[in-house]
Amino acid sequence: MLSSTIQIETKNLNVYFDKHYVLKDVNIKIPAKQLTAIIGPSGCGKTTLLKSFNRLLEIHDEVKISGNIFVDGQDIFDSKGDEIPDIRKKMGLISQKPYPLPMSIYENVAYGLKIHRKKTKKGELDAAIQHYLQEVGLWNEVKDRLHDPASRLSVGQQQRLCLARAIAVEPEVILCDEPTSALDPIAAQQIEKLLLKLKQNYTVVLVTHTLRQAKRLADYVIFLYFGMVIEQGPAEDVFNNPKNPATIAYIKGDIS
Amino acid sequence: MDVLNRRTVEEKIFKLFMIVSICIVIGSLVIIFGLVIINGASSISIEMITQTPTPGNALGGGILNAIIGSLLLALPATGLACIIGIGIALYLQKEFSHPGFANFIRFTLDVLWGIPSIVYGIFCLMIMIALGMGSSLLVGIFALTLLEIPIITRYMDEAIKMVPIGLKESAFSLGSTKFETAIRIVRRQAFPGILAGILLGLGRGIGDAASILFTAGFSNRIPTSLFDSTAALPTMIFNLYSLPSGQPKAYAAAFILLVVVLLISIISRVLSKRFMKHVIR
Ligand SMILES: Nc1ncnc2c1ncn2[C@@H]1O[C@H](COP(=O)(O)OP(=O)(O)O)[C@@H](O)[C@H]1O
Ligand SMILES: [Mg+2]
Repeated sequence: MLSSTIQIETKNLNVYFDKHYVLKDVNIKIPAKQLTAIIGPSGCGKTTLLKSFNRLLEIHDEVKISGNIFVDGQDIFDSKGDEIPDIRKKMGLISQKPYPLPMSIYENVAYGLKIHRKKTKKGELDAAIQHYLQEVGLWNEVKDRLHDPASRLSVGQQQRLCLARAIAVEPEVILCDEPTSALDPIAAQQIEKLLLKLKQNYTVVLVTHTLRQAKRLADYVIFLYFGMVIEQGPAEDVFNNPKNPATIAYIKGDIS
Repeated sequence: MDVLNRRTVEEKIFKLFMIVSICIVIGSLVIIFGLVIINGASSISIEMITQTPTPGNALGGGILNAIIGSLLLALPATGLACIIGIGIALYLQKEFSHPGFANFIRFTLDVLWGIPSIVYGIFCLMIMIALGMGSSLLVGIFALTLLEIPIITRYMDEAIKMVPIGLKESAFSLGSTKFETAIRIVRRQAFPGILAGILLGLGRGIGDAASILFTAGFSNRIPTSLFDSTAALPTMIFNLYSLPSGQPKAYAAAFILLVVVLLISIISRVLSKRFMKHVIR
């Protein structure tokens, strides 16, 4: 069914927030170098699922997780506490509301390179930063004010900066949590174009609550409903031949 | 028509109320500065800040000993309060402590904040006597430290608590360790708030008389060791004012204290503006 290799796979993944049962026996496979959309009504656990992949859920104390998540065949829960940063580094995260770091545009992109000691010489760093900003189409807009605070950029620019900052760490996966929901249509379109470009080199997982966005972008679709995976498969199959009544209702727009 | 009329009258009364309130605040500031300058004008001179009191004549010379005394008391006290404050503030975050206990400590700090400074003064005096020590720079520093800890700690706590969870998630998702997140990201985001707390604490320390009255004592000389008694600007004002015909010089000293406090406020504004520009909202 899947032509390419599997990047992320979960086995009986269960997540609780205190006594609130949020993800229920989730078994999914996410193919490498493709764009996988996670769809479903709001509150069904999409963000929770996304943040379980890079162990970001665990910064909340009230969270309890059971099951396995394999990334490149390795169970991420096998690693000890001090290896968690290395797991996270493999996956960039773009959140609903962009959170640039409280520093300049330049330093935002340099941050990952610095903490992971990738580039240290000034010349190398400058070149790398130009490269990543070009990758997200931000270079021409910011090249004259690289040392301005990132907080002064527009929301759309901030979102692209977050993308540049993420790919500067050279991840394999890019996790996006409704990345366009806070943006105006033009900025949203820029992000969509970028995601299509990025999936050539990265595995992209896109949480979206707009069905049309999923239809435009996704190669593979996972439909989540009340914390359960109801349907998953190649986008054409899920959108054109949904099997489960809940999926049919969601795609028709009866549940949202 | 009637309704419209009532609403315009309401609007006018409310506007008047706001204007009167603002006038009271600005007016007090102008009057205080005016009184201090008018009453102290005859004594304001360069000698005030370059000389210590003339031996044998407290009205001669300047108040350099009090200026230096104030700095030697308030700066180390603020430094100590910062060190202790950052420890408590970090512990209060949910990564380190139980939220119920943290809120209990916050409540304790708020109570301590409200305790009049004379109580800190007497508390330190008692300990000082119990230890067989005399009034000195050292005990004065401790009294001011106690006075400043609640202010500085609560400001630090609020500033750190206000850092958005999404920002921390961003830092973690880039592969930052907890330490890197705290030192490189949370610190930068919280810094303007922390700085505001530090300068507020410093201002309170420089201006307070009651806590150092018995603990730091009084002296007409610049202290040369931690165990010397020392004057500070507030105690100097108090001392001069109680001398016969010492009032002009007391007002001149008050003027200097006002300028110092004003400078701290201005520095605080300028610095927090500089650090605010990076802060993510
Ligand atoms: N930190 C948390 N503490 C408690 N409950 C949470 C927390 N985060 C999410 N939840 C709950 O988990 C469920 C799924 O949330 P989420 O994954 O954000 O859904 P979605 O992204 O699909 O809208 C919701 O019912 C939400 O209330
Ligand atoms: Mg969500």
